[in-house]
Amino acid sequence: MKKIICYSLKCIALLFLAALLIQPDKAAAEEDLFYTYTYDYWGIERESPDAYAMNSVLFGNSYGIGNFNSPEGLFVRDNRVFICDTLNNRIVEFSYNNGKFTLVKVVTEVNNEGKMEPLSKPYDVFITPDNEWYISDYGNQRIVFTDDSQNVLGTIYKPEDEETLSADYQFLPQKLVVDSAKRIFVQAQNINKGFMEFENDGEFVGYIGAADVQFDFIDYFYKLISTQAQRAQMEAFVPTEYNNIALDSEGFIYATLGTFEDSEVNSANPVRKLNAKGTDILIRNGYENPIGDIQWGNGGGYNGTSKFSDVTILENDCYYCLDMTRGRVFGYDFQGNLLYAFGGIGYRQGNFKLPVAIEAIGDSLLILDKELGSVTIMTLTEYGKLINDALNTYKIGEYDISADYWRQVLKLNGNYDLAYIGIGRSLLRQDKFEEAMDYFKLKLDFKNYSKAYKLYRKEKIEDNIGYVFAIFMVLLVIIFVRNTVKKIRREVSEG
Amino acid sequence: MIGITKESFKTKLNHFGKTLKYSLHCIVSPFDGFWDLTHEKRGSAGAATFIMLMTILTGIWKTRYTSFVFIRVQWEYFNIIMDICSFLLPFFVWILSNWCLTTLFDGKGNMKDIYIGSCYALTPYVLIQLPMIFASNYITFEEGAFYNYFLTFSLIWCAFLFLASVMQIHDFSFGKALFSILCILVGMLVIVFLLVLFFSLFSDAIAFFVSLYKEIAFRFY
Repeated sequence: MKKIICYSLKCIALLFLAALLIQPDKAAAEEDLFYTYTYDYWGIERESPDAYAMNSVLFGNSYGIGNFNSPEGLFVRDNRVFICDTLNNRIVEFSYNNGKFTLVKVVTEVNNEGKMEPLSKPYDVFITPDNEWYISDYGNQRIVFTDDSQNVLGTIYKPEDEETLSADYQFLPQKLVVDSAKRIFVQAQNINKGFMEFENDGEFVGYIGAADVQFDFIDYFYKLISTQAQRAQMEAFVPTEYNNIALDSEGFIYATLGTFEDSEVNSANPVRKLNAKGTDILIRNGYENPIGDIQWGNGGGYNGTSKFSDVTILENDCYYCLDMTRGRVFGYDFQGNLLYAFGGIGYRQGNFKLPVAIEAIGDSLLILDKELGSVTIMTLTEYGKLINDALNTYKIGEYDISADYWRQVLKLNGNYDLAYIGIGRSLLRQDKFEEAMDYFKLKLDFKNYSKAYKLYRKEKIEDNIGYVFAIFMVLLVIIFVRNTVKKIRREVSEG
Repeated sequence: MIGITKESFKTKLNHFGKTLKYSLHCIVSPFDGFWDLTHEKRGSAGAATFIMLMTILTGIWKTRYTSFVFIRVQWEYFNIIMDICSFLLPFFVWILSNWCLTTLFDGKGNMKDIYIGSCYALTPYVLIQLPMIFASNYITFEEGAFYNYFLTFSLIWCAFLFLASVMQIHDFSFGKALFSILCILVGMLVIVFLLVLFFSLFSDAIAFFVSLYKEIAFRFY
């Protein structure tokens, strides 16, 4: 009896010890609150390490200027950060050094030849490399451009264009960019013909990049059979309206649009890259088009597809789309592959309520939240840096170095399809066809696999051409001998 | 054992081989072939079943062994029984509907004839798609046009043979055969509808008795 008690006590003690050992690590659990993911070939979500980590959040209050009220615009030039504090009728400039913001100035009015004119609901600001400010002065229905100390250089009011703008149209500029030739591209409210383009002297040139009309056969059929009166009541075919505009380092315009039906998300091209003619030239070679989330549910008050509210482009042509439906940031490379997605709706640091603008500054992303009136700074992690390095080296043609970076990425994330394909590509360049095929096959990249296989097959056939030829010759000889034997036999039996 | 001696087995195997070999004749000269198939008894149900089984196997092998360049399957969601049923169910509904309607249209064939004819019409599918599984592993994506061409060709050939089988087995003219195929397809839909209706009513009936039992059980305990 005593033995049994002793034994059971020992058992209990052991169990306690085990329970202590396997207690969950609290620090690890907290890190998991930030969820970063990618999609694999099948469109299934794969968790990945964090590519961007929460750094800090900027509020107006901490600089003694009062909190931002519905800020709409964010702009970064070098290390200067400009925030359009829309409902406070001001633009705030910060400078960003070593992860710290310092307040530079608050702009509430512009100096128009000695007369101070207050800004009214500034929606967006663009600062050219030579420090000219282009402000979309929404409330005053104009675009105003000034020098660095707010002396007005020019203004643009509603263009006189009777063909496209009716007399009662109000010119409400929202977002704008200025290219290297100082042409101004404006996204204005209630304009669905694309972006308005102005020469620097304020002359209205026309529209660029009109979003194409979604043609629907069923609608067309209804129009055919309906009467004139019914037709008038029907909604006109209206092209979709852009909601934001951004400029990349080469001067191409990136545009986002958020007004489309959920079912049309694949054909709507919610993010576009426009050339000078206004044609969409964005490369879409990823598994899916850059549309944000590929799988989505309707729960917790968040319905439907991702709706992009802004896009920012890095030096290496990676672009980051900001989704206002679920407060996520989607990073894409120059080929349109999804690199990672992160963020979410919430009040926690690193989450957003209504993100409206995103900009890149150095290694960090700045995300402006309209509802919280805050700017969130997220900084690149080791993992994100490796991915960027791999992409950069690939772009300049250093495929082997790129493969080394991809190998390091794989150590951190074994589910990363791009890494496998990147390594495969580099192996292909080194004429290691069979290994390259293995990597491509793992991630079902059939196009690259075919490329590798074609070369592999050629090599195999060339290596063995002697044997193939020999077998062919032997076959010929056998057939010839058989035929002659048959012939002789026939002749013998006949003769 | 009764009946099966070595001799009779041999003759049976011989007959099977001969009727199976006849399918090769059938597919190249279908009008002549399908007539003799049933009217001259040159086909057999055994060979027909063999062709059907080979069709099922080809379908499965195709998903499994075709190069991923052409077919990519998410194996987590692959259900072999569903795969087989998605072929067998329409096939048998076709035979049933075919028999039902051609009887009304004065067709000459009985159910067995229709079964044999329909199975023999599947021969090109096996003959072309089976080698293409092998070939797909040795061609690249750019050369996929050939692959797709052959697959489509096999399906068109099969469709043509189905038409020929309806014409010859029931001794129909071309126009009548086309019309009856249209009717057969509609008939298939009706059969499927009736099946679904039946199952839904049946499950409702069962649910009624189950709830009745529960009600009584609650009352007494």
